[in-house]
Amino acid sequence: MANLALGAATTAAAELAAEDSSSNGFFGWLFSSNGFHAPTVDEFFPPALLFEGTIFELNRIILARIIAAAILIFLFWLVARRAKVVPGRGQGVVEMLLDFIRVQIVEQVMDKETAKRFLPFLTTLFLAIFAFNVTGIIPFMNMPGTALIGLPIVMAVWVYILYLVVGVKKHGLGGYLKTSLFPPGVPKGIYVLLTPIEFLQVFILRPATLALRLCANMIAGHLLLVLCFAATQYFFFEAVGAMKAMGTVTFVAGFAFTLFELFVYALQSYVFVMLSAVYINMAIEEEH
Amino acid sequence: MDVTTLAEVSGNVATIGYGLAATGPGIGLGILIGKTIEGMSRQPEVAGQLRATMFIGVAFVEVLALLGLVTGFLFT
Repeated sequence: MANLALGAATTAAAELAAEDSSSNGFFGWLFSSNGFHAPTVDEFFPPALLFEGTIFELNRIILARIIAAAILIFLFWLVARRAKVVPGRGQGVVEMLLDFIRVQIVEQVMDKETAKRFLPFLTTLFLAIFAFNVTGIIPFMNMPGTALIGLPIVMAVWVYILYLVVGVKKHGLGGYLKTSLFPPGVPKGIYVLLTPIEFLQVFILRPATLALRLCANMIAGHLLLVLCFAATQYFFFEAVGAMKAMGTVTFVAGFAFTLFELFVYALQSYVFVMLSAVYINMAIEEEH
Repeated sequence: MDVTTLAEVSGNVATIGYGLAATGPGIGLGILIGKTIEGMSRQPEVAGQLRATMFIGVAFVEVLALLGLVTGFLFT
């Protein structure tokens, strides 16, 4: 009985303290907000940490990118440093991953000779995109590095330049333009319609959709997670009565969506690399 | 003469736009994936190749819905 009373007293005191400190301190910030805040685009423009106002401005998202890159390089350095003919456990996992990229993605699209030539590039692309995506569900980072359009644009431009260069190298400038803008096997008159569409496709739409698809997926996924957990916070700490129970639903949904996001991150890296392989393969393909 | 407002919309109409933008790709994905499953059950030996082709198609269809999402943010 005394215990219970004591418990009640401490809870009351804690509540009082929480109310007191609602204007300052971390917990004050955590437990005080008035009304439900739906996430907005401002989510992707966090305050700068370093070098504010310059082009080297460093914020939370850039920091997440740097950490992801460092961890990726460190992990592979660690495995590659003591690579053996008979792989251990760590090396086995990495080899399975590399094998997956080679067999399931690149060799599905290209023949073996071509695949060998572009495999290092495509493998790097896959691992980099996945590493930058997966910071979105790692606690305390909670922001995919690819959610700002800059990084997807860099990767898409990389692919864009690569497929143009290998195409021109293989067919010559005129030959490449002829194979890509004038696909054979259609009546001459159709080229009036077909060539502008193909031009848009090859020179604008392919890189633009590569970058947009990755970025928009990450933005949508991040907003979804923020919405779930913001709603949980609102229901638990501010809603009254039976509405508090709704918080359980959004909390569980938040975890389910976290797992779903992990799937989406892997799928987006897969799709990006798959499409890059297809575009490169289209550029060097012989005329049918 | 004063105007009587019987109904009004508050908030952003862009959300309706996104709903519309999602229907087309939704139907498209349904047909695309359904047909792939059909093909796989007819010829299980080419399942891997069908799956790879399906994901390429999914990527093309999906980008339409994502364009709807992006324009929702752009034109508020």
